[in-house]
Amino acid sequence: MSGKPKLHYVNGRGRMESIRWLLAAAGVEFEEQFIETKEDLEKLLSDGLLLFQQVPMVEIDGMKMVQTRAILSYIAAKYNLYGKDLKERALIDMYVEGTTDLMGIIMYLPFQPPEAKEKNLALITDKATTRYFPVYEKVLKDQGQDYLVGNHFTWADVHLLEAILMVEEYKSDILSKFPLLQAFKGRISNIPTIKKFLQPGSQRKPPPDEKYIAQVKQIFNI
Amino acid sequence: MAGKPKLHYFNGRGKMESVRWLLAAAGVEFEEELLETREQYEKLLQDGALMFQQVPMVEIDGMKLVQTRAILNYIAATHNLYGRDLKERALIDMYVEGTTDLMQLIMMFPFLSDEDKEKQCALIVQKATNRYFPAYEKVLRDHGQEYLVGNQFSWADVHLFEAILMVEEKKYDVLSEFPQLQMLKARISNMPRIKKFLEPGSQRKPIPDDKYVETVRRVLQMYYNVKASV
Repeated sequence: MSGKPKLHYVNGRGRMESIRWLLAAAGVEFEEQFIETKEDLEKLLSDGLLLFQQVPMVEIDGMKMVQTRAILSYIAAKYNLYGKDLKERALIDMYVEGTTDLMGIIMYLPFQPPEAKEKNLALITDKATTRYFPVYEKVLKDQGQDYLVGNHFTWADVHLLEAILMVEEYKSDILSKFPLLQAFKGRISNIPTIKKFLQPGSQRKPPPDEKYIAQVKQIFNI
Repeated sequence: MAGKPKLHYFNGRGKMESVRWLLAAAGVEFEEELLETREQYEKLLQDGALMFQQVPMVEIDGMKLVQTRAILNYIAATHNLYGRDLKERALIDMYVEGTTDLMQLIMMFPFLSDEDKEKQCALIVQKATNRYFPAYEKVLRDHGQEYLVGNQFSWADVHLFEAILMVEEKKYDVLSEFPQLQMLKARISNMPRIKKFLEPGSQRKPIPDDKYVETVRRVLQMYYNVKASV
């Protein structure tokens, strides 16, 4: 009964990774219970712990929260990473929805048939460099501030950093035309809680490998 | 310069319909600029009005908001439909995410091939009756209150109501095993603003038809085939 949030998911990134990032950024320690077999998932289901029969699920403040966005919004608001008023919140929501869409494409990549991989890689590069990164580059340029919203660190900054790092795993020089995002990346990476999360041994999960993909397919009948 | 929110979208439901519902439930009058041609869309792009080059876009309170959830969150919060505190907001968010997932299955429906449509229809009904409706039925049964969250009308109720009507369009008796949902539906239907929105002549949009699909494909140059859900 530690009082720490407890994350229920497979031992990999998927939809839970953004939650790990946000908790880490907020300096919140958390526990994880990994679903390793179908039986593990079936137990969560039969115990009635998953409102819509799905994970992620996070036990936090007496609630068993499901639905990634709901969980992230709650954590952001609780730890003051959601802006100071409704207009800042609207901006954060818009920016986060953009990075969610981008990371959403990447999340499905390992589950695509091999023939689709090349095409999808091109799609990610294209979307990142023509739709998403230019927007955030422009926001930073127009405001001349260190953070995306309200001149202070918010969920939007964490989420964008996570997205940048993910895309860089596919194309290391993806930020070559985005000098302000490069500076942003450096700055956010140096925030102590973020720096800690980026170090080996943290609860950050590695990119999905064959073993992870096979496990997910088996547990969730994909 | 009315001060009313202005919605930019196609003349059809799609992702904008939940926004129309929420504004109507909040009693907010709104204007619509309906996208009918590629040129209109290109003009919005050139004017830099679409942050991620996508619609929906809603001009509201001096902002050009994009991303459906961001728009809905803002409207709910500014019109007291987002609960009284963080925990109520968390519940509303969870419930709305569920109905969003359900309505997403329906939203892609018109863009599927005929053979995928049949499969998708069965999937929609199956998910509604096995996954989503039982969850909301239980919430209502467990607390015995008239609304999903905090004993007061919220965005979660509007969104669920919209989802119920949408699924009923596929299977009219889908609520037959859900007495609590039937009562919720009746209650919500009778609220004056909702009642008004349900009447002919309101800004509620009809079930998408071939003309709608053709317009979306043409304006967005979206000629690929949408795949059915897993």
